[in-house]
Amino acid sequence: MNVSDRIRRLVFLLSGALFFVLYCYAAASLPPWGHYRGPYGNVIARVAVIERHATDVVNAINYDYRGFDTLGEEFILFTAVLGVMLLLRREEGPPGPRGGGGKIPDAKVLSTTIQIFTLPAAFLTTLFGFYIGLHGQLSPGGGFQAGVILSTAVLLVYIAQNTEAFQRITSHTVVEVLEAAGAGGYAIVGLLALAGGLPFLTNFLPLGPTGNVFSAGTIALISAIVGVEVTAAFLLVTYTYLQEIMRGSIPNG
Amino acid sequence: MMYVGAAILILAGISGFAVVHTRDVTCQVLALGFYGLVTALMFFYFQAPDVALSQITVGAVALPLMIMLAISRIRFRESRLAERQKNARPPQPGGERE
Amino acid sequence: MPLHLSLLPYWVAAWLFFWGLYGIVTSRHLVHCVVCLAVLQTSTYMLLLGIGYRRGGTAPVFADIPPGRLTVDPVVQALMLTDVVVEAVVVALLLAIVVKAHEKSGCVDPHDLRTLRG
Repeated sequence: MNVSDRIRRLVFLLSGALFFVLYCYAAASLPPWGHYRGPYGNVIARVAVIERHATDVVNAINYDYRGFDTLGEEFILFTAVLGVMLLLRREEGPPGPRGGGGKIPDAKVLSTTIQIFTLPAAFLTTLFGFYIGLHGQLSPGGGFQAGVILSTAVLLVYIAQNTEAFQRITSHTVVEVLEAAGAGGYAIVGLLALAGGLPFLTNFLPLGPTGNVFSAGTIALISAIVGVEVTAAFLLVTYTYLQEIMRGSIPNG
Repeated sequence: MMYVGAAILILAGISGFAVVHTRDVTCQVLALGFYGLVTALMFFYFQAPDVALSQITVGAVALPLMIMLAISRIRFRESRLAERQKNARPPQPGGERE
Repeated sequence: MPLHLSLLPYWVAAWLFFWGLYGIVTSRHLVHCVVCLAVLQTSTYMLLLGIGYRRGGTAPVFADIPPGRLTVDPVVQALMLTDVVVEAVVVALLLAIVVKAHEKSGCVDPHDLRTLRG
């Protein structure tokens, strides 16, 4: 351990001790565990079902009450994916568009057991993902969870087969368009309310009967859009990381 | 019942500590997957099924996958560079880039 | 509620925050550093859960419970929900930066990165 390491540790321990003292001071006035005392949770839990006809209050908050904030979160997602693609983009010229250059290193066939069991599993996972995404306003779930689950289903195919199959499924252009549509669609739903003379992101659609799949107005719509966005985001990131390994060679750069 | 919650919280604390102190990155990915599952269990126990649902997929699949992909990409590049250096007949000092 | 448990989530949050930061400060591998950041971020979940939990409260889903029943705080859950997913993609972005740094400088130790050129 050299001198700079030692100084670094010393500074860290000093600031850690200071943090600890201040944290103790702050934690002393927090409510004891299990005794919630904020007003907002109680108010929203009482009001959301009546006002928005959504039985899952968490999603009513996410896609309606704090919809503007979630729009920002979604743009963070979009920007981060954009950053990954920009940083890891191909630096050489266009050698065949689809893994044309070089051999594919993981082309060896996996055991048949994995192949037999993974494809039904991928099918079930896709089904589950759609269910979760479309029932977000009723039961735990919603767009964010559905997106992650759906992208896992595609990754199962990658595990069972190889990168070629993964490439065939995630046509790069389609996923890119879906990603942009997901990010833009959310904002457009907000702007539609604006066009109707209402404030941005107002729940302008008919609310429908409570407990029905077609209820809760824009909550269900935005949840589905977010699902598309998150699925595309995870697939794009995975695709970008796999790109170089798929080509089987590194650029001369 | 409160003690079950306390045990889950302490388990999360211990496994988070273990993740930080695993210095080998490949082992760390496994530890992180376990930590993600413990966190998902914690969300489930504390009546947050929405968060548990996304944490169980992100913590156990997506996050370890991203890290494994990054590690494999770094390793892949290292192996290719080593191969290329071995194959290059006149050994060039100064490396590949710049 | 036993007194010694009443602040437990806050202690666990502080514990994870401290060790996550320690891992970042003493890290010798950039990927390790990013993973420590992910652990540090999860400490906020413990803090929010500790604040929003109500003993005996159910999940804020009124599909099969009578309206008006006391639930745990849905607001903190909404905060955590978006964060969990966004965190994964942000980690992917940080790892992309790590991969790029490794391509440019050939090392993954943050101590050697001062030789990094544009």
